[in-house]
Amino acid sequence: MTSNGLYDVAVIGAGVVGCAMARRFTLDGARVLVLERAPDILDGASKGNSGILHTGFDAPPDTLEQACIAAGHQEYLKIRDRLGLPLRTTGAMVVAWTEAEAARLPALMEQAHRNGVTDVRPLDRAEILERAPHINPAFHGGFLVPRESVIDPWAAPTGYLLQAIANGAHVDRNAPVQGGAFDGETWRLDLPGRSVRTRSVINCAGLYGDHVDQLLLGAPGFEIRPRKGQFVVFDKAAARLLPTILLPVPSPTTKGVVVCPTAYGNILVGPTAEEQESRADASVDGATLAMLRETAARLVPALAGQPITATYAGIRPATEEKGYRITPYPDRRYISVGGIRSTGLTAALGIARHVAGLHRACGTDWAPLAAPGWPAAPRLSETDPRDWQDRDNGGIVCHCELVTRREIEAALGGPLPARSLGGLKRRTRATMGRCQGFYCSGALAEITAGHFAAPLADPAEDRHD
Amino acid sequence: MTDAGRTGPGGSDSEWDVIVIGGGPSGLSAATRLRALGVPRVAVLEREVEAGGVPRHCGHSPYGLREFGRLMGGRSYAACLVEAAQAAGAEVLTQHTVVSFGPGPDPVLIVTTPSGATLMTARRVVLATGIRETSRAARLLGGDRPLGVMSTGALQAVVYLQRMTPFRRPVVLGTELVSFSALLTCRHAGARPRAMIEPNDGLTARGPARLLPLALGIPLHLGTDIAAIHGATRVEGVTLRDRDGATRTLDCDGAVITGRFTPEAALARMAGWTVDPGTEGPRIDGFGRSLDHPAYFATGNLRRPVETAGWCWGEGQATAAAVAADLERGLPPPDDAVPLTVAGDPLRYVVPQAIHPTAETPDLMPEVAQLRLSRPARGTLIAEQDGRTLWSRRLDSRPERRITVPLRPMIEAVEPGGPMTFRLREAP
Repeated sequence: MTSNGLYDVAVIGAGVVGCAMARRFTLDGARVLVLERAPDILDGASKGNSGILHTGFDAPPDTLEQACIAAGHQEYLKIRDRLGLPLRTTGAMVVAWTEAEAARLPALMEQAHRNGVTDVRPLDRAEILERAPHINPAFHGGFLVPRESVIDPWAAPTGYLLQAIANGAHVDRNAPVQGGAFDGETWRLDLPGRSVRTRSVINCAGLYGDHVDQLLLGAPGFEIRPRKGQFVVFDKAAARLLPTILLPVPSPTTKGVVVCPTAYGNILVGPTAEEQESRADASVDGATLAMLRETAARLVPALAGQPITATYAGIRPATEEKGYRITPYPDRRYISVGGIRSTGLTAALGIARHVAGLHRACGTDWAPLAAPGWPAAPRLSETDPRDWQDRDNGGIVCHCELVTRREIEAALGGPLPARSLGGLKRRTRATMGRCQGFYCSGALAEITAGHFAAPLADPAEDRHD
Repeated sequence: MTDAGRTGPGGSDSEWDVIVIGGGPSGLSAATRLRALGVPRVAVLEREVEAGGVPRHCGHSPYGLREFGRLMGGRSYAACLVEAAQAAGAEVLTQHTVVSFGPGPDPVLIVTTPSGATLMTARRVVLATGIRETSRAARLLGGDRPLGVMSTGALQAVVYLQRMTPFRRPVVLGTELVSFSALLTCRHAGARPRAMIEPNDGLTARGPARLLPLALGIPLHLGTDIAAIHGATRVEGVTLRDRDGATRTLDCDGAVITGRFTPEAALARMAGWTVDPGTEGPRIDGFGRSLDHPAYFATGNLRRPVETAGWCWGEGQATAAAVAADLERGLPPPDDAVPLTVAGDPLRYVVPQAIHPTAETPDLMPEVAQLRLSRPARGTLIAEQDGRTLWSRRLDSRPERRITVPLRPMIEAVEPGGPMTFRLREAP
């Protein structure tokens, strides 16, 4: 913040798009403030996705979404080494399970080429079986998307925001925007008990993006129609059964259910696509989860007997239209970034570049940082070195995910300390393994005591009877 | 064998005759007996800060009569097991987490410690990693994912080891023995369970524990399941569902998801071993030797859910004898084993999953095989091989009851070759 308390840019929302936005504007030289309503970052739509870095092969051609996916993918590859972010280039296979689906494959490949994903190519039967030896052999053909990859969906945005912070951005959590006004030059944003001043506002509020538009512009530029997706995660022992991403042939209405490896070494199946009213209800239901498990077992029969490690749901901030809803209001120094759905993880860096470009219409009087810092994000990927391999790690606390005491203590400190068990899980993966806290809940309750507004446990009233 | 080759503290800690993975009752028992049988270098790898296993944080059940000749609480029992192993000359290495098995015929373990990763080798490995309760996720239990949903094991660790309490008015799902232990743990922490929920029409556990809900004034809902858990940050309630599908909500601030124990067989699964679909543990022969890798043995509750600490201790003793014999003179080749199988419903599993039809090593073979039902059933239990009945007896039992059958007559009757299969001819 400057001495007069005025920021250049306030980013509302610390989901994956907000984190990438904060990084972009910070590196471009702006004084950035990030306002997040939740106790911790990545608490909304970004909480539950499939962790795939898409190529955009199946995106609607010649759209903003397709352009942002391509740019975002490219930038991720460029920066990920310096930020310590993982990449598992597993490739993806789009597999047809009926003759009718097989008939649609050529058109999909043509669309991929049109989107610049020119390395997409058909696979014969032997190649499909070689790439996924445990796949149900009753398929009717497929094609390969070589550069579809798997990344850490939490480390990536955390890394973006940590880089923003390291280069001067300020992040306020528990800071819901409750109102505000533009006086022709600067914005006043009202938070509980105080207000802040900024020259520009970027609305990256995800599931609440239309609410923020309504609050600050007087009318929403779009209408959020929450769409829930449930997922089932198989144990790491299942990882050897599927080394690649299996994509279905998309129908006109849905991209369908994916079965894929994760960066952490699990196998994941999902998502569903369920329209709902609630923006907060990320509940799962037994029947749907059982259906997902059966779908996975139909595609990869050996998954049938594999234990389930976790279940979760994410809510995509879909809108009444299909595409991204990015609207600049240059006369009010305000840009609304809405409708960023499942492709947001891949596209975030591209969206941030696009929005920084749009912002020039508002007058951008800052200059890119000459030598920005590159702090390292937490490394949780199975394919990267982990802390348990190093000296003085403090010992393992979460045995299933091999999370060390030092990793947990680091996540509770630093420039962006975890403020909830969810935040700690996303930074370290503690309790996210097969026992779901059976072994480590006691130790975690002790280590995290005093750190969270909602503690894992309180001191007991001891009653020996 | 002599102690000449033994390396204790200060020596090399990476090469051992036997490494036992898991410092609970069965693992500590095996290590103690291995030393008593003269095996020089024996290490127990325990991933927690202290060894002792589940009894460490189990405040209630009586322990130790068979092993130490007196009744004791879980914590003292765990401490006695550790002392016995150490007194016998086994190294109990805490904060040693086995990450994976290396490839090849000779056991190599990738182990992590506070000092980082290391490799440890042994001539034989005994897996004694025990059991855990099935998580809420693995049960595909619906609803939100707030704080305050945990297994009994997690609750006990929070309450007895950290002296904290995660909730005040939880519901308890399940009526196994451990579920009643959860009631007592809640009470110890000053929490008052709101209700006990059981999907079946009767309580699972037998014995006096059944009276606990009545004694403590805790409502018991039979024929009822938890359909969903609700709460934004903390648990705020659960949706209960009756047999006929009717639902109602119950306010509470926590949910203890108890029982449905499953072997902690992750290392075996990660190594690509085939686990028994009925036990969910590694498949073993009568010596406790893995059918997937002959240098590895499995003992205790890893073999199958779930037995008492005393039973597991006994298995540890027997497994140690077999391992010591294997090191000294070799056990019959794995390929000579006859598979033991169950014909299917209502028989869920049999342990061991193979036996050797030989009298060479009768003292090392288990006295009994264990079977388990998947539903209450009665009739005639038959062991047969190639259509030939080897043994039979009447059976009237339930899923929660231990069923043991004597192996000795079968070992004498079985022929090398095809599998010996258990079948239940049900009474009409």
